[in-house]
Amino acid sequence: MPSTLAPVALAAAEPLIDANVVDYLIVALYFAFVMGIGLAARRAVSDSIDFFLSGRSLPAWVTGLAFISANLGAVEIMGMSANGAQYGLPTVHYFWVGAIPAMLFLGIVMMPFYYGSKVRSVPEFMFRRFGTGAHLVNAISFAIAQLLIAGVNLFLLGSIVQALLGWPLWVALIVAAAIVLSYITLGGLSAAIYNEVLQFFVIVASLLPLTLIGLHRVGGYGGLKDKITAFAEAAPAKAEVAPAAQQLESWPGQALTGFDSGFLSVIGIVFGLGFVLSFGYWTTNFVEVQRAMASNSISSARKTPIIGAFPKMFVPFIVILPGMVAAVLVKEIMDLKNGGTPTGGASGDVKYNDALLLLMRDVLPNGLLGLAIAGLLAAFMAGMAANISAFNTVFSYDLWERYIRKDRSDDYYLRIGRLATVAATIIAIFTASIAGGFSNIMDYLQTLFGFFNAPLFATFILGMFWKRMTPTAGWTGLVAGTLSAVLVAFLSKDAFGTASLGVIPLEGQGASFVAASTAFVVDIIVSVAVSLVTTPKPASELKGLVYSETPKEDLVDPDEAARPWFQRTIPLAVIAGVLVLILNVAF
Amino acid sequence: MADTKKTAGAFDIRNFIGMLLGLYGIILTLMGLFGDKELEKTGGVNANLWTGLVLLVVSAGFMTWARLRPTVVPDHVEPVPDDATRPAPRKKPKPRHGG
Repeated sequence: MPSTLAPVALAAAEPLIDANVVDYLIVALYFAFVMGIGLAARRAVSDSIDFFLSGRSLPAWVTGLAFISANLGAVEIMGMSANGAQYGLPTVHYFWVGAIPAMLFLGIVMMPFYYGSKVRSVPEFMFRRFGTGAHLVNAISFAIAQLLIAGVNLFLLGSIVQALLGWPLWVALIVAAAIVLSYITLGGLSAAIYNEVLQFFVIVASLLPLTLIGLHRVGGYGGLKDKITAFAEAAPAKAEVAPAAQQLESWPGQALTGFDSGFLSVIGIVFGLGFVLSFGYWTTNFVEVQRAMASNSISSARKTPIIGAFPKMFVPFIVILPGMVAAVLVKEIMDLKNGGTPTGGASGDVKYNDALLLLMRDVLPNGLLGLAIAGLLAAFMAGMAANISAFNTVFSYDLWERYIRKDRSDDYYLRIGRLATVAATIIAIFTASIAGGFSNIMDYLQTLFGFFNAPLFATFILGMFWKRMTPTAGWTGLVAGTLSAVLVAFLSKDAFGTASLGVIPLEGQGASFVAASTAFVVDIIVSVAVSLVTTPKPASELKGLVYSETPKEDLVDPDEAARPWFQRTIPLAVIAGVLVLILNVAF
Repeated sequence: MADTKKTAGAFDIRNFIGMLLGLYGIILTLMGLFGDKELEKTGGVNANLWTGLVLLVVSAGFMTWARLRPTVVPDHVEPVPDDATRPAPRKKPKPRHGG
C-alpha cells in the first residue's frame, strides 16, 4: 500500500475556496439543526419523540430518502463527479445499471426475508441461515470493510476542511474525525435517519444550482458536448483522453471499463457492475438495509428501496454533469486531463476528486458557496457516521456478544459499543491515509466491494432459494469467493495500486468488474460442490429464511392489495424500471 | 393522555426540512438582493436570488404538507429502548426489543 500523508500534504496550503461570513453562517445553521435533532432525541422531551425513535415507525418516503442518502456520501458525490470529469457520461452506469435494478430487486424479492425474519443485522440473517462459520466470515469482513470505507469518507471530509480552511491534511483529518465522533454520540438510528433526509434536501439544493450554473457557463448541454469534443480532439496522445464519442454516450462504456472490445465492455458493465457488484452492494449491505428495517410495515420496508430508486435515477444529473463541466471549464482539471500535474488541489496535487470543489470555487457566488459546503460536509459526515454505527452494531451484537462475552448486562454492551465507536474513529484516521494514496477513490471502493460483497450476494441468493445449501457451503463459498477476488486484483495491472503484478492485462474499473465476477462465479461453484457432500439444515429451521420453506402470506403485507396503485410495491417498481430503461436509451 | 389526537408538531421531519430550507431561502434571497452578485462567476445570472426564491417555495410546500396531513401520534407509545448502535442517547436499561 502506498504511503499517503505525503510531505506535500503536510504543508499548510492556501484555502482553495474563498468563503465569507455568510457561507459560514449557512454551514453553522446546518450543524445547529443536526445537533438540534440529536439533542431532542437525547432528552426525549415528549412521547411524540419516543414514537418517532422507537423501531419500525417511519413512513416509506422517509426511509426511502434515508436509504439513498446513506449512500449519497463521499462515493457518490466526489467519486462520481471525479469519474464524470475523467470518463464522461458512461459514469451513469453506476446509477442506471449499477443501482436501480438491484434496489428494485431488494424491495421485491429480498426485503420480505429481512423484515419478516426480524433480524437486527444482515450478518444475523447469515447466522440463522448458515450458522457460525458463514456468520463469522460475514461479520468480520463487514466490520473491516466499514472501517476502510469510513476512512474513505473521512479522507474526503478532511480534504473539504483543508480546502475550506487551508489546514494541513493531517490536522483536518483529526478535527473532522472529532466532529464525526461528537455527531455520532448524539441521537440514535432514527435521529440519524432524520439527519439523512435533511441532508438529502440540502445536497439537492446545493448541487442543482451548481449544475445549472455550470451548464449555463459552457452554453447548455449542447455547448458542453461541443467543448468535450473539441477538448478530446486537441488533447495530446500521451494523456490517453477517451474519444468524445465514448465520453458522450453511455454505451458501450469503454472509457469506463478500459476494455478494447465494445462487446466485452457491455458484458463487463451488465454482469460485473450491474449484476455482481451492484446486487452485492445494495442487497446485502447492512448500512442500507438497516434503513428499510426501521420502516413501519413490511409494505413500507419493501417500498423503501423502490421509492429511493426514483430520486436515485436523477442523482447522476447533479453529480456527473458538474464533473463533466469541470473537465472543460476548470483550468486545473483541464490541465490534469491533458496529462499535466497541476498543483493546488485538496491534497497537494490536483486530482479528479477535486473537480467538484474547484467548480464550486469557479462558478458559485458567496451564499450558494456556503450551501454547497454545508451539503458536502453533511454528506461525508453522514456517510462516515453510517459506516461507524453499522460497524458498531455488528461488532457489539454479532462479534462481541456472540463470541467473546455472552449474557452480560445491557449496560455492558453499551459500554463496549462506545469503546468500539472511539476505536473505529481512530482506525478510520489511518484508513483515511490509505485512501489518500489512490488517485481515484472509486477504484479503491470498487476493489473493496468486489472482495466483500460479490461473494456475499452469491451466498445469500443461493441460500434463499436453494434449501439444500449447507452451513459448510455457506462459509467455504464466501472464503473461496473473496480469496479469488483478491487473487485477480493482485494479478491485474493496478487494482491494488503498485502492489499489483500486472500479469492480467486489466486496469481501472474493468479490473474490479472482473475480480467481482470471478468472486461470484467461484462462490457459486464452491457452494454447490460443498453442499452436495455435506449435510443441510433440517427444513424446520429454515422457515422465514428460505423461499420454499416460507408461507407465501408471510412475505407480503395483507393490507397492501387494498391500497391505491401508487402505494403498492409492484406497480411502483414497474414504473421505476420503465423510467430507467428510457433514461438508458436517451443517453 | 388527552383524548384529542396529538400531532407531531415541530418534530415532524417535514417541518424540520421546511424550517431549514426556509432559513436558507431567506439568506440567499437577501444575498441576491443586497450581496455581491458575482455575475462574472455565474455567467450573468443572479444565482443567489433564484435559488433563494425556489427554496422559499419548497419550504412553504413542506410546511403546508405537514399542516394539511399531520402525522398523528398514537396515545400509547412504547418507551424507546436504548440504541446500542450509537453510544447515546443514554436511558435506563430496558429489555431490548424482540430481536
